Amino acid sequence: MGNKQTVFTHEQLEEYQDNPFRQRIARVFSDDGDGHMTLDNFLDMFSVMSEMAPRDLKAYYAFKIYDFNDDGYICVWDLGQTVTKLTRGELSAEEVSLVCEKVLDEADGDHDGRLSLEDFQNVILRAPDFLSTFHIRI
Amino acid sequence: MSRQLKSLGEEAGSGVRQQARSGSPGTGDRSGRRPSKKRAPRAEGAAGRHGAQPGQKERVGGSPGPGSPRRKQAERRRHREELGERGRSSAERTCTERRKKDGRTSFKEQRAPSKREKEVPRKEETWKQLKKHRSPSLASSASGGESLSEEELARILEQVEDKKKLIATMRNKPWPMAKKLTELREAQEFVEKYEGALGKGKGKRLYAYRMLMAKKWVKFKRDFDNFKTQCIPWEMKIKDIESHFGSSVASYFIFLRWMYGVNLVLFGLIFGLVIIPEVLMGVPYGSIPRKTVPRAEEEKAMDFSVLWDFEGYIKYSALFYGYYNNQRTIGWLRYRLPMAYFMVGVSVFGYSLIIVIRSMASNTQGSTSEGENANFTFSFKMFTSWDYLIGNSETADNKCASITTSFKESIVDEQESNKEENIHLTRFLRVLANFLIICCLCGSGYLIYFVVKRSQEFSKMQNVSWYERNEVEIVMSLLGMFCPPLFETIAALENYHPRIGLKWQLGRIFALFLGNLYTFLLALMDDVHLKLSNEEKIKNITHWTLFNYYNSTGWNESVPRPPLHPADVPRGSCWETAVGIEFMRLTVSDMLVTYITILLGDFLRACFVRFMNYCWCWDLEAGFPSYAEFDISGNVLGLIFNQGMIWMGSFYAPGLVGINVLRLLTSMYFQCWAVMSSNVPHERVFKASRSNNFYMGLLLLVLFLSLLPVAYTIMSLPPSFDCGPFSGKNRMYDVIQETIENDFPTFLGKIFAFLANPGLIIPAILLMFLAIYYLNSVSKSLSRANAQLRKKIQALREVEKSHKSGKGRPTAGDSEDTEKHSSKDATQLQLTKEGTMPHSASQSQTADQKAQDPGVSSSASRPTLPASRHLPVSRPPGVRPDSGQSQPLTHPWRSASGKSASRPPR
Repeated sequence: MGNKQTVFTHEQLEEYQDNPFRQRIARVFSDDGDGHMTLDNFLDMFSVMSEMAPRDLKAYYAFKIYDFNDDGYICVWDLGQTVTKLTRGELSAEEVSLVCEKVLDEADGDHDGRLSLEDFQNVILRAPDFLSTFHIRI
Repeated sequence: MSRQLKSLGEEAGSGVRQQARSGSPGTGDRSGRRPSKKRAPRAEGAAGRHGAQPGQKERVGGSPGPGSPRRKQAERRRHREELGERGRSSAERTCTERRKKDGRTSFKEQRAPSKREKEVPRKEETWKQLKKHRSPSLASSASGGESLSEEELARILEQVEDKKKLIATMRNKPWPMAKKLTELREAQEFVEKYEGALGKGKGKRLYAYRMLMAKKWVKFKRDFDNFKTQCIPWEMKIKDIESHFGSSVASYFIFLRWMYGVNLVLFGLIFGLVIIPEVLMGVPYGSIPRKTVPRAEEEKAMDFSVLWDFEGYIKYSALFYGYYNNQRTIGWLRYRLPMAYFMVGVSVFGYSLIIVIRSMASNTQGSTSEGENANFTFSFKMFTSWDYLIGNSETADNKCASITTSFKESIVDEQESNKEENIHLTRFLRVLANFLIICCLCGSGYLIYFVVKRSQEFSKMQNVSWYERNEVEIVMSLLGMFCPPLFETIAALENYHPRIGLKWQLGRIFALFLGNLYTFLLALMDDVHLKLSNEEKIKNITHWTLFNYYNSTGWNESVPRPPLHPADVPRGSCWETAVGIEFMRLTVSDMLVTYITILLGDFLRACFVRFMNYCWCWDLEAGFPSYAEFDISGNVLGLIFNQGMIWMGSFYAPGLVGINVLRLLTSMYFQCWAVMSSNVPHERVFKASRSNNFYMGLLLLVLFLSLLPVAYTIMSLPPSFDCGPFSGKNRMYDVIQETIENDFPTFLGKIFAFLANPGLIIPAILLMFLAIYYLNSVSKSLSRANAQLRKKIQALREVEKSHKSGKGRPTAGDSEDTEKHSSKDATQLQLTKEGTMPHSASQSQTADQKAQDPGVSSSASRPTLPASRHLPVSRPPGVRPDSGQSQPLTHPWRSASGKSASRPPR
């Protein structure tokens, strides 16, 4: 293995086209951040998404997936994006902002108006069904 | 600070020393030692392999970023000779850099050196040990000894263990795949090699086998879980409904399913122990009067209109009480049917009580453990609600719908809790609403009373019209149809949260239904008493008929007369069967009314609204008729009262449970279909309370209320003289006494008689009360302690939060700083730091320690370090990107450093 760099794009992940975060996943795991994956990236993705992957690792990558603007923090805008993707835009703007506000209120440990990785992990480690839902089967 | 610098300097120096030594296996030392026959090639191989590693690694690594530590490693290794200089210079560079970063240093930075400080001696030590163990071993092997020394063996074993651990924990590391691969290969090779040396060549295969088994086990568990989910009936249907209509509507269907399960058990009990033995072993139909249709009814006994009223052949079948014979034992098994009948009747109630109370208890247990997660409702919904497994667009649609619904539910909850309104107005409106509803209830109660009185007059008259005969039922159905919507309209005044509103609504309709039920029961009781008073007369008539038949003159005395045909024997009215039939009819008509209401009220309305909307003057869908909402309270109460009927009737009509099972089964499918096809979700979708203990509480109440009349009839009314398993006895429970006397040894009978002594029963009851009191007080104190603990945890979390917010700024600044060097490393560091957190004895404790004395954190944080021992990432270049030159040097002996790390620090 090594030099054969087959390029995977998220179009090739047809089976997972229903995932609202598919583009984010492809971006997070790709080298250049534009969603084109090499075989290694692809394997990375499945190793993180596998059932055996530990919680911390999953939480780390989940954070990256939800961090839409790649600034190392989940800010209000990221949260809004997440909610819109999850509900396919069925919630009104006020509802979305209310939800974002509540999430920040609950999870923001240091009150800086955005979620750091630490805050995020703090939440995720307590979630009962994070491990069971954050994986992909092939 | 100076101390810190010194440690840095020391480290740099040690790094140089190590470099000098690390060259030795390949170059300097080899000349000094005599090459042995056996060991040397291996050692050479190892050295060669390690030497070859960098290049290979670079190739495999693909295109690591220019700043990545791995690239640096490779470079450094290539220029091993110059490294001394460079290492020193880089160390100096870091020192100056450190100096520049003045007071801004966070505790994290201060901790890092302490870590390094500790590592340095360790590395040195390791190296010494390694060298020591290698050279003597080589010497010994050179001197011809093939055996490895104990010490060395243990050490290699330890290394192998470390490597194995690395292999096992490989997937915990957030490395890219290429790095994982090289590390893994290296570790595997090492293990393979040295396990071979230690005579454990099978290790790899065993490991592979174990891994395979683990995988298989995981897969099996998954399949089994899937299987279990598939075994839960209607799970998919209910999930489907839940995702579109919210958990409150789904809770009705879950309740329905639970009820179906309970009824299946009851059905099994009654059919297995009563009906089937009777059908198989009892006297066949037509052999005795109670099992034969009377002559007068024979003509019309097969007409549908008669059968539909459960008369005719159905009345004289095993579905009803009257069919059973009072023979003590039946068939070759000598099955004691009357006894079984009585015990099954008792155990139906016993089982229902136990199952209801048990599910209530388990619900409360579930709800107490729920408290922990209440803090993160929205976060959990946002971050963990999407199921990444979904690979089907329909499922994805459902999931999206359900996520939206659950968000809406939570938003409603949130808004309710924040709502600030005019309290006086709300209070006034609530009092008014309650007043109105009490008026309604009183009015309906009086109406029923009035109608029942009238019907009693009608029943004395001859040829009454159809309406007059069915007036009570009609009035009751009308009340049941119009009162709940009226209550709902009034309840709109109260402005409760929909969940609480639902409970009020349930309570009010419950009161209404209860009134209906008890008037019905009273009417039934009157009927029973009437029949009982007639019984004596009929008994005499029967006797006389039989007597006259056998003793009549004009028959040849020598030939015995054939017995009178059972259809001709005059018989009593058998009030038990009458009661059973009454309940049977009620159940069936209730079922039909429900289905017709659904068909007309929901389905036809939906069709009308849907298709007439094209040619109507206003918008039907948004305007007046609209689609129907699913009526949760009405349906739940219907189900509960229906179950009450079943409990009351099942003693007198064993077949009732069978009918009910059918009813529940059809209503499951029918209602599922109706909900999905013709109902719309509630305007304010709200979340069902997690424990549906309210339903269960109502059910328990109804169970108790339906137990009362049955217990009353069993205990205080004499059974009919010519039908049923208890005929001829004074009371139904006499069957127990009979069994004890005839079938048990006499001493058991004495024991039972002794147990039934009031002198024993009263103390027993007293004892029970005492036990209840004691347990109650214990549980109260426990729950108080629980609440206090929870409060304490909450307070602790608050403290933690405030601590974090206090030190949050410097940490953020620090991480930003490191980001400048390499953002990837920074996140790695954070990750590993987080990763070690859960392992440490107490997260908050260490956090507090760190916060308290960052100056002496070198000593304070030591206890936390062991936790990170098995994570080599915790001290790689990520800590300080340009001081990582010690990493490549220890690399060939990574296992060695790992080993030393796993030693308790001395």
